[in-house]
Amino acid sequence: MTETGLSTLWVYLSASPLLGLIITLLAYIVSYRLYEAANRNPLLNPVALAMLILMALLFVTDTPYSTYFEGAQFVHFLLGPATVALAVPLYQQFSKLRALWPVILASILTGVFVATTSAVGIAWLLGGTPETLLSLAPKSVTTPVAMGISETIGGLPSLTAVMVVVTGILGAVFGTRIFDAMGIERDDVRGLAMGVAAHGIGTARAFQVSHQMGAFSGLAMALSAMATALLLPWLLGMLGLVS
Amino acid sequence: MSFLIGITVLLCYQLIGEVLVLLSGIPVPGPVVGMVLLLLTLLARGKSAESLDGASTSLLSHLSLLFVPAGVGAMLHFQRIGSEWLPISVALVLSTLLTLVITALVMRSLLRWRARGGSASD
Repeated sequence: MTETGLSTLWVYLSASPLLGLIITLLAYIVSYRLYEAANRNPLLNPVALAMLILMALLFVTDTPYSTYFEGAQFVHFLLGPATVALAVPLYQQFSKLRALWPVILASILTGVFVATTSAVGIAWLLGGTPETLLSLAPKSVTTPVAMGISETIGGLPSLTAVMVVVTGILGAVFGTRIFDAMGIERDDVRGLAMGVAAHGIGTARAFQVSHQMGAFSGLAMALSAMATALLLPWLLGMLGLVS
Repeated sequence: MSFLIGITVLLCYQLIGEVLVLLSGIPVPGPVVGMVLLLLTLLARGKSAESLDGASTSLLSHLSLLFVPAGVGAMLHFQRIGSEWLPISVALVLSTLLTLVITALVMRSLLRWRARGGSASD
């Protein structure tokens, strides 16, 4: 093929949503394979790896994020039904939830309070700007919910999405090691803390450890998403960050 | 067909959630309302459906893939992240560690307290 033929092809492909979708899937598949090849070493987190590959690819080809997202939005869109789908593991674990509900509720409310106030407080102490503080506040909640909350309280939803993903990766990478070091052995406790701190990415990691840890993580992620959506605007109002 | 039915049910509940949020103005994202409604439906029915279980399991088993497009959005904020890297990175790391540790400790001590018969209500 000639040089012009190739560039015509590139112009056509780069304008089509197909390419953004395919590179997202390929980057994730490659990252996941690497992660498996490394015996699921949490340091090789597939989300982090896929993000780095894609950013490098877009940077090298000088492709704007908006062009990429035209294709990637089909993957992003599935976060909505995936959030609804959390009702199913919640329902399956409902008997355990009912038996333990005062403990679960108190632990989740504590976790939501710590996650939001510590993020805002630490960033404020170190001189973060108001928009950054508000974008950080819902960082422990799953992406579609966090972006919705961020918009409601006056943060930058797309910046929040990045904070959410980084938080999830941190939780997935360090969570089990911290629990081991603390001597926390019960899978319900490990799962719940993981879900509150690191939402869906932590939950994906928890499901690899055990089904019970995954279910409790999914439960905690769903309940803390609800609790954060309801409590955060009020909490930030008390701190004087939103009117 | 089964998967199709399952995913359609999920999308319908999301739609109902979004519409309710629009109509009522409550500050909760639509998918969360959809999740609560679906949970209430399952509890009222007393059982789930195979199609719904299948669709949920396949969506949730690839959950981390769904976060990738939003994560790549970091490239839109390089400037802000660059100029505020210290507050952002310290807040993310410390806050995530604090949340993991404190939540786990609180739940463990509550469970121990409960096991000792501290809770009389149940």
